[in-house]
Amino acid sequence: MTIRYQWLLLASVLAVSGCSSLGVKPWERDILARDDMLMDADAFDLAFDEHIYFSKEASSGGQGFAGGGCGCN
Amino acid sequence: MRKLVLLLLLVISPLKAEIYNIDQLDLKGQAGKVVYLDFWASWCKPCRESFPWMNGLLTRYPADKFTVITINLDAETEEMHRFLEKIGADFDIYHDPSGAIAEQFELEGMPTSYLIDASGKVVRKHIGFYTSKMGEYEREIEELL
Repeated sequence: MTIRYQWLLLASVLAVSGCSSLGVKPWERDILARDDMLMDADAFDLAFDEHIYFSKEASSGGQGFAGGGCGCN
Repeated sequence: MRKLVLLLLLVISPLKAEIYNIDQLDLKGQAGKVVYLDFWASWCKPCRESFPWMNGLLTRYPADKFTVITINLDAETEEMHRFLEKIGADFDIYHDPSGAIAEQFELEGMPTSYLIDASGKVVRKHIGFYTSKMGEYEREIEELL
């Protein structure tokens, strides 16, 4: 195997495994689970963003989430 | 008389949770006992529901044959203490802020619990805690006792 192919192999292994450790482990969700990490944690901030969004896009909503991410509603 | 009063106090006073560093965890030392090993964190709501049940287990099964050991995975120690003050635990807690042991056990969810038999073999694994399944969990423990 030429050196060029070896480099190519190394690059492709790195590229494939690059995203393998992305994401949060189940026990690392503490900060994400805090109330202030909610998209709509601050009502005033939410209203402010909604106002700008409505003015620019002539539409509203879509800032929050319904349900817990289980895909059941 | 004084001895009797002291003994009575000792019996009446509620058991208190001892908090240890994760390095002190010695599961092999529990050989001969059925162990309910539970991984929890203060922010995890089902964990909160499991605590009174786990406290209850200790009163129902003999201490020489059964024990509950829990591992806390809070990154912030303060959060763990706040939780324990509010909820209360009668079993030993091992604190693993780095999550190293959780990594070893490859936890898939919170809470996760393992039922380990007297020979030290993991017999069951529960991902999550469901109050509707408490009877089932207890049956599994009783089968091993």
